[in-house]
This record gives sequence, structure tokens and C-alpha cells, in this order.
Amino acid sequence: MDPVINHQLPSPATADAAIECRELSKKFGDFMAVDRISFHVQPGEIFGFLGANGAGKTTAMRMLCGLSYPSSGHATVAGFDVYREQEKIKQHIGYMSQKFSLYDDLTPLENIRFFGGVYGVAERVIKERSRELVQSLGLEKEANKLVGALPLGWKQKLAFAVALFHRPRIVFLDEPTGGVDPVTRRQFWDMIYEAAEKGVTIFVTTHYMDEAEYCDRVTIMVDGKIEALDTPVHLKHRFHCDNMDEVFYRLARTAQRSDA
Amino acid sequence: MKQLFVFIRKEFYHVFRDRRTLLILFGLPLVQILLFGYALTSEVKNIDLVVTNVSNDVLGQRLTNQLRSSAFFNVQEQPLSPTQIESAFKKGQIKAALIIPAGFSADFTKARHATLQLLTDGSEPNISKTVLQYVNAIVQDFQRAQQPVTSISPVITPEVRLLYNEEGNGSINYVPGVLALILMIVCTALTSVAVVREKETGTMEILLVSPFKPVMVLVAKAIPFLILSLANFAFILLLAVYLLQVPIAGSLLLLFIITLLFIATSLSFGLLISNATNSQQVALLISMMGLMLPTIIFTGFIFPLENMPLPFRWISNLVPAKWYYAAVRSVMLKGLGLADVWKEMSVLCGMTIVLLSITVKRFKIRLA
Repeated sequence: MDPVINHQLPSPATADAAIECRELSKKFGDFMAVDRISFHVQPGEIFGFLGANGAGKTTAMRMLCGLSYPSSGHATVAGFDVYREQEKIKQHIGYMSQKFSLYDDLTPLENIRFFGGVYGVAERVIKERSRELVQSLGLEKEANKLVGALPLGWKQKLAFAVALFHRPRIVFLDEPTGGVDPVTRRQFWDMIYEAAEKGVTIFVTTHYMDEAEYCDRVTIMVDGKIEALDTPVHLKHRFHCDNMDEVFYRLARTAQRSDA
Repeated sequence: MKQLFVFIRKEFYHVFRDRRTLLILFGLPLVQILLFGYALTSEVKNIDLVVTNVSNDVLGQRLTNQLRSSAFFNVQEQPLSPTQIESAFKKGQIKAALIIPAGFSADFTKARHATLQLLTDGSEPNISKTVLQYVNAIVQDFQRAQQPVTSISPVITPEVRLLYNEEGNGSINYVPGVLALILMIVCTALTSVAVVREKETGTMEILLVSPFKPVMVLVAKAIPFLILSLANFAFILLLAVYLLQVPIAGSLLLLFIITLLFIATSLSFGLLISNATNSQQVALLISMMGLMLPTIIFTGFIFPLENMPLPFRWISNLVPAKWYYAAVRSVMLKGLGLADVWKEMSVLCGMTIVLLSITVKRFKIRLA
């Protein structure tokens, strides 16, 4: 059931890290939402970010996206510092959240034009790319219908395409396939692989453990800390498990805090 | 700048594709103008008045005819007994009754002292008072007409003029009130809902992750509603002038500037509300209860502020619409100039600055 499996893990030495964290922490009052996490993500890597609800995934991701400042530690995204260069980071990342994130009362083309415009993509380029995009998604007939009328699966694919529209170096996906049927999820992952092949770094959070298997490397966060970080194969081997589901369960059940 | 334009274009798509928003934008002003201009008029006309003429003499008949000829009353002559009258009042069949006693003519001409009894339904004080005033005025007229020229005429005759509204046009007061209400709805309610909707649908996150400056999101949300409010302002003025015959006495430019100021205040209010809430319903509720009600109650266009207890009058000073209403009335109806409305304008200015600075500050805190 593995999709495009010929995806090669980029060697760690190829280039500067796409994302680099050292002892990154976020404190809300006395509460350590994210507790000294350290990792680096290579360009073109598909990096899975797992953890139960309340483990600190979203908080960590928000810091990396320039939505909030860390309390301590260091991090760079696309080579830019998360404290001083949030604006530059925003230019070079794409973002798609678990909530469907396009405008229902706009057509796909209007959505593309809007987000393209917000990212400062030139009008001419927007025209060109949106034509290609509509074609590759097979949306020709629906291009001028309102997005609200599209099936959820297509909406999600379109949202992903929009997140990639300004050609970001890194794209953050926050539970991108929530509520989507298995077939569409497969197609969605095909799109992720395609983007990674082109050198886009994928940072993805998910609750689906079969999706965790598709990642080049996976981190599992428990109570704000990184409990494990390796390839799915190594993780399964290390914890003597058959699949990622068991690995996750092993680690996550030690959690002290649940839904925050 | 180009990004801002792209954003504003998107906002207009939202507005013009949402039937409810359109209805509020253009249906509401029309309905309110018609409602306040025609239906909710405070003038009382065609009141049913029962006249029981016990005297049945010449002067009694003349008085009845004079009452009948006025536009205020529908006179019905009915010889009712006191108990019949009372039961008719109880059943709510009549609102007012005038009883002309026996020997009315004789009392008037010979004894030079005649009485009339006027009964009104006190459970409707407004109508009662109006009936009393009208009947009094007609009786005074009648009395003067009956007296021979030689007799002593009254020494004092008040000459009454309704300044700034000579014809007693009842809708004149409502136009500034409707302006304040509509602008408040458009700028505060619609703006706050427009921002909060982005939070609800999750698109706000996407915008915050984008290089688009967060404060510019607020600007981009505010500008379309600023433009729409100005269109609404023009629309209401046209309705007022051509439909309700309310003249614009003062400078149109000054009126425009005052309105622009009020729009700024209301927009800042809307943005503040949108910062404090996360659901469209709550935003709408706060705008409606927190601002619409005070606007209606404390502006003075429905309930006179002068009659309110002091604490309420203090509260009324916090309502932006009160200042706007006062300024618009001064300029539009009285034709006053900048010298007379600078106080209201500075209050609005101050409110806008305070609200905007809180909004921008809160917006930053939320992002940290």
C-alpha cells in the first residue's frame, strides 16, 4: 500500500538545514508547552511530527512559522532566525492547517489569485501558474465554481497547491488530511512526494500512523519533549514493533498530560 | 500596496456574494427610513373622539362642528350616558370623549362661565396629552370666535414657531438617528463579523503565516466597509431629501467630514470587538447589544436625553452615536458651522484614537 516509494532520503550533508532547532522552548507561565527540543530537517525531506493532542506539536510549529516567539533556545527556518527574521521566514514557507483554509465563497481561481497576490507573486506569473495548476488538478470545469461546492478531497488538494503556489522552500502541513477518505489521502500523499522531489521540505503533523510510515523521518513528541526521532524503519526496529501505530502507542501512553 | 488591493478586492467578493450582508447594507437603510419617516411618526392624527352633546343647543353644535373640521379628530356624535361612556372606555372602544353639558349656550352667554368635560384614556399617556392639547386649542379658538368684538380680548397671545422645522415635519429628527444607526451597523457589526469569520474558518492563520502584515489585515478589512458606509451615507441622504423632504440646511462638506469621523470611530469599535471574540455570533451579539441598544436609547433621537436621570446622561456621553447625532442635527437641520460642532468632532476624534490604539496593541499581544 506504499505509494511512490522510490523517494530518496536526501543525504544529511547536501546543504544547509531547512529547519534547525536547538533547545527550543516555549513556556506559558509555569507550563512548558515545548521543552528544549532539538532537531534539524534537510531540504527536500518529509519530516513527520507526531504526538498526542496537547504534546506541544502545534506550539512548536507556530514558533517555526513565525506566529509566536520562543521563550528560549535557537531555531532557524530556511536559514532565517525565528527571533529576528520572522518576516523573511514567512516569505519562504507555505502553510496549510487542519481546518480547510480557502475561501468557500470564492472560486478556485479567485483563491489562487488572492493568495498569490498576498505573497507578492507577479500578476503575469499568477496567470501562468494558475492555468497549469488547474490543469494538473483536473479542475478545468470547476475553475469558475465556488470552492464551497467542491468535494472536501478536492478542496484539500487545492489548499495544498495554494500553499505551494509561491514556491516556498518549506511547507508546514498541520494535520492536512483530517476527515479525508483513504483514496484522497493517497492522492494527497502523492502530491506531497511530488513536491518533495522538487526539493520542497515538508514538515507535517498527523494522527494517522500509516502516514507516519510515508515520512522520511519521524519525531514523536510527548509532554513537550522529543521522545524519539528517526526513520520509521529504525523506530520500529528499536522498539520491536511491527508498525508505527505500536511505536506511537508505546511512547504516547507514558504521557502525563492529555488534551491541553 | 498591490497586496492591499488584492485583499480589498477579495473583501468585496465576500460582501457582494453574501445576500444577508447586501440586505443589511441596502435594505436596512430603506426600511428604517420608511419606518421612521412614515410608520413610527409621533404626530397624532385621526383620533376617535366621541362627543356627547347633552346641551343640544346652538353653541354646543357649533363647537362640535369645529372639532369635526379639524384633521386631528374623527368626531362621532353619540348621546351616551355616563355609565355607557365608562364601559366603552373599559372595553377600549373609545380613546377620548367630550361631554357638552346641558345649558351650555346659556351658561356661555349669560353666566359667562361654561364648562366642558373631556375624558381621555390615561393608560395611553401620549395620546391623552395630545388630545388634551388639541381640544384645548380648538376650544380657545372657538371661544375667541364667539365673543363680540367689544368684549375684552385676551391680553397675551403666544405666537408659536417651530424653529428649524416650521412645518412640524416629524421625520426630520429621525434622519440623523437613522444615519447613526445604519453606519453603526455597517461599520461595527459587519466589520467585526468579517474579521471574526476569518478566524472561524481558519483562514486567519493562513494570513498570519503569510508575509502580509497583520495590521494590514485590519486595514484591508476596514477599507471596504468605509467605502460601503459612504455609499450608504449618500443613499440615506438622498432618501431623506427626496422622500421625506428633510432639507440639508448646513454645509454638505462638513456633514461629510463629521460622518467620516463617526465611521472611523465605528470601524475601530468593530475591529476591537473582532479582536476580543472568536465567533461570528458573539461578535454580532456584542455589536448589537453593546452598541445598537445604547445607540437607540442614549442618542436622544427616540427618548429625550433631557428627561433621563443624571447617571444615564453620563453614560450617554460614552456612546459615540450621541455625539454624531448631535453634530449632524446641528449641521443638517440647523445649518450651523464648524464653530458649533467642533466639540462633538473632537470627542469622536478622541474616541477613535483610544479605540484604535487598544485594538492595535491587543492585536500585537495576540501574536506574541
